[in-house]
Amino acid sequence: MGRKVAIVGTGQTKHKARHSDMNIVELINQAVNRCLENAELTINDIDAILIGNMEHFEGINLSDMWASDASGALGRCGMKITTGGSTGTSLSSAAYYYTASGLFDTVLCVGWQKQNEGDTTAGLVSATDPIWERASFAGAFGTFGGAATQYMMETGLTPEDAAKVAVKNKRHGRLNPYAHLHLDISVDDVLRSPMLAYPIRMLDLCPASEGACAMIMTHEDNVKKVTDKPAWISASVCRHDSAFTGDPPFFLDLRTLRSAAKEAYATADIKDPMKDLDIIELYEPVTWAELSFLEALGIGEGGKVGELLAQGVTSIEGSLPVNLSGGVLCTNPIGATAMCRVAEAAIQIRGEGGERQANHKVNTALATGYGGNWWSDLLILKSSL
Amino acid sequence: MSDKNKNVEKKIARDIKYRALLEFKYSAGKHASYFFQQLRDNKKLMASKCPKCEKAYVPPRPACPECFEANSEWIEAGPQGTLVGFTVVEFPFLDPTTGKTKEVPYGYGFIILDGTATKFAHFLDETDLNKLEAGMRVEPIFEEERSGNFADIKYFRKIADSE
Amino acid sequence: MKKVGIIAVEQTKFEAARVESGFSDLVFETSGPAVKKAGLTRDDIDQIVTASQDFWDGRTISNFAVSEACGSYLKPESKVAMDAAMAVFYGLARILSGAYKTGLVTTHCKMSQGPQNVIYNAVFDPMYQRQLGLDFVNAHAFQARAYMEKYGVGPEQWAEVTVKNKKNALKNPKAMDGRELTIDDVMNSPMLADPIKELDCMPVSDGSATIIMAEEETAKKLCDKPVWIKGFATYMDNYYFGDRDLAEVGALEKSAKRAYKMAGITDPKKEIDVVELTEFFSYQEPMWAEGLGLCDRGKGGDLIKDNISTQDGSLPINASGGVLAGNPHTVAGMVRVIEACNQLTGDAGEYQKDGAKTAVVQSTTGPCGQSQCVMVLSTD
Ligand SMILES: [Zn+2]
Repeated sequence: MGRKVAIVGTGQTKHKARHSDMNIVELINQAVNRCLENAELTINDIDAILIGNMEHFEGINLSDMWASDASGALGRCGMKITTGGSTGTSLSSAAYYYTASGLFDTVLCVGWQKQNEGDTTAGLVSATDPIWERASFAGAFGTFGGAATQYMMETGLTPEDAAKVAVKNKRHGRLNPYAHLHLDISVDDVLRSPMLAYPIRMLDLCPASEGACAMIMTHEDNVKKVTDKPAWISASVCRHDSAFTGDPPFFLDLRTLRSAAKEAYATADIKDPMKDLDIIELYEPVTWAELSFLEALGIGEGGKVGELLAQGVTSIEGSLPVNLSGGVLCTNPIGATAMCRVAEAAIQIRGEGGERQANHKVNTALATGYGGNWWSDLLILKSSL
Repeated sequence: MSDKNKNVEKKIARDIKYRALLEFKYSAGKHASYFFQQLRDNKKLMASKCPKCEKAYVPPRPACPECFEANSEWIEAGPQGTLVGFTVVEFPFLDPTTGKTKEVPYGYGFIILDGTATKFAHFLDETDLNKLEAGMRVEPIFEEERSGNFADIKYFRKIADSE
Repeated sequence: MKKVGIIAVEQTKFEAARVESGFSDLVFETSGPAVKKAGLTRDDIDQIVTASQDFWDGRTISNFAVSEACGSYLKPESKVAMDAAMAVFYGLARILSGAYKTGLVTTHCKMSQGPQNVIYNAVFDPMYQRQLGLDFVNAHAFQARAYMEKYGVGPEQWAEVTVKNKKNALKNPKAMDGRELTIDDVMNSPMLADPIKELDCMPVSDGSATIIMAEEETAKKLCDKPVWIKGFATYMDNYYFGDRDLAEVGALEKSAKRAYKMAGITDPKKEIDVVELTEFFSYQEPMWAEGLGLCDRGKGGDLIKDNISTQDGSLPINASGGVLAGNPHTVAGMVRVIEACNQLTGDAGEYQKDGAKTAVVQSTTGPCGQSQCVMVLSTD
């Protein structure tokens, strides 16, 4: 392998529905500066900037060009990587590879979205095939609805189980000052919220947010000079699928994530994920996804994930907290969403989680990204390698 | 200074409105062109098939995802199929073919057409959830006047005698 | 640093409008043959990098459409939303990290499908620049004029570039627009945005291109003559035109300096055999040549007259016909890489430069060459 790489700083904006006081480049700049501050570095310590969003949402073509002074790319290597929902983890992995390769010593990656400046729905529709899928595509919730009915029938899990995910993550989100939604809700609130597409109700779904998230990575010889609490990258795996929404055999038994977990667990020496992982930051675009994606990670398989949730195992007090940040259900600036997962995993390892810090010491953290056509990214971070 | 002027001074430009008209002409591609021609002329749903693993795909496409072989063969799929996932959409959604929000509720389902390896997403005529279930047999209902596009299939509906 | 070699290349024939082909058709037309040429199957491809632009495709997540065409089913794929040479860079980094041994890099663009002016205009910020009606042509007219005024390289010399490259393309079966032109033809073509005329501009085209790369041992095992990526660098310049001197090529000079250093090149004028650069407009060929240190600043206009950059010259530039002969945005930089590889492996057919051992490739993304990258390729 190449050089060992660690995350040595994270920074994010407050995520909210509308940042009317900041334009796109100001938003990016705020996350970059907060990240530099957290790492106690300056832009002169950075060799390359990796940036990404979903271009159609704001209608800015080659958005990395406009952002070049705000992101710090000016006079450096600047590169744009975009893969839809998984943009943030695609950027995280790229920063890792560039640093490990020896091409750059210290790399900053930043994901952002200012969704409410444009037409999110139109942006999402244009993700689907123009010939085959756009006319019938019913937005994210239509696809998830169809997928969730299938998952319900196969596992016997119910809308109440899914609602508990929303209640848990919204409770975690209230402890996270950067989270977009700070909501105090009950299972009944979820089950009474407006039906979007059976069984998906309004409170089952993630919001549309504006925000940016950044991270800095550097290589093993440099890490000690920068921080005494690095979050080392132990595994980084990506799996894509084929070109049409209907291709994967089981919608919510995410074969891309299952395949990624197998490789990542082998690389990071995870034998029993329930025991060996201390926290998980999962990209759950909808409540149902947290249930089924955990199964794909080998946790609570066969529908038992509902019991784990009910017993509080995945809550902040539990032995394997999932989405201490509040998850995607609280915060969803798409180009930053997946990076928020990795950043939160690093924050927990670095002990910087404040009120939402896990009760136990976090040595091993798993973060996922989800996007495109049921694609998965998976990173495992450790306090030492 | 009059009150009116004060108001003008206080108002800061926060939003810059910009409207871009992005009109595209997408090539359907060889496979879709053939599919829609057969749909229009013969009410047939054609699947592209991998000569190596023999899986058949709808929507048809140039390459097999698993084998990376050219999908050089065609078979007739369905037209009947099995409903494996469904929902009833209750939230108005933009229909990109008309630019208008779609009337709700409407049924939306994933259907494995007989003989294929993939699920085909299309509308369902049923909007009563109690009358939809996974494993249900469904068939496409075609438009009388077909022009060679996705809308030539009006929707899928339950096959009457499939109890 | 470990070595990474390019072991197979493939490009489509470029055409003004590939109406019969969708994105996945276009990609599979090059990815399938490239994998076979490399003597591999999809199982042997460890990772995939694609390059495409959501705006040109009219599709959010434009790599979504080409999933099976690029072979990414249950594999690590990522999309670089810049010129495809940057995707080659990312593929290289992934292999150098030690995580992967092989990689497929593919790119596609169909310029014929979208509203070009709107797509170009959307590059500019909505507050200060869009209302000026900036598009690709008139934005670059600013740069052409700045170059002309500061360095004295002007329209007649740019016209020579068009004449040369379109003529070069006559020998390239993949090129779209090979033809015999005179300087007068170019000078008399319609003025689009002074000083840029119609025949100074790249034509609209559709196509795709794919390369297969591998780390040293694998490359040697699979290929008689791998083309090694010896140097690579990329830098970003200012965005607002008012923030930079458009006649200058700072990002390109920095990229060239770093790439040459990595590759051990001390005198580019002497040590390079062939050059493929990304000239969206004719004025850019002499301008980028100067930035690459192939001649002194302001002397880029003499390269054709002195029989240096011509197809049979001492340092052919765009012997393939270049972007002026028709390569779409995003794909253009990958075609430069492929043409350079063909020269180094002796596969450039009628426009082969005898004994070519070292090639330099330049590509750019963004308005007026804002982001630049330089690659040094060699068979040594
Ligand atoms: Zn097959």
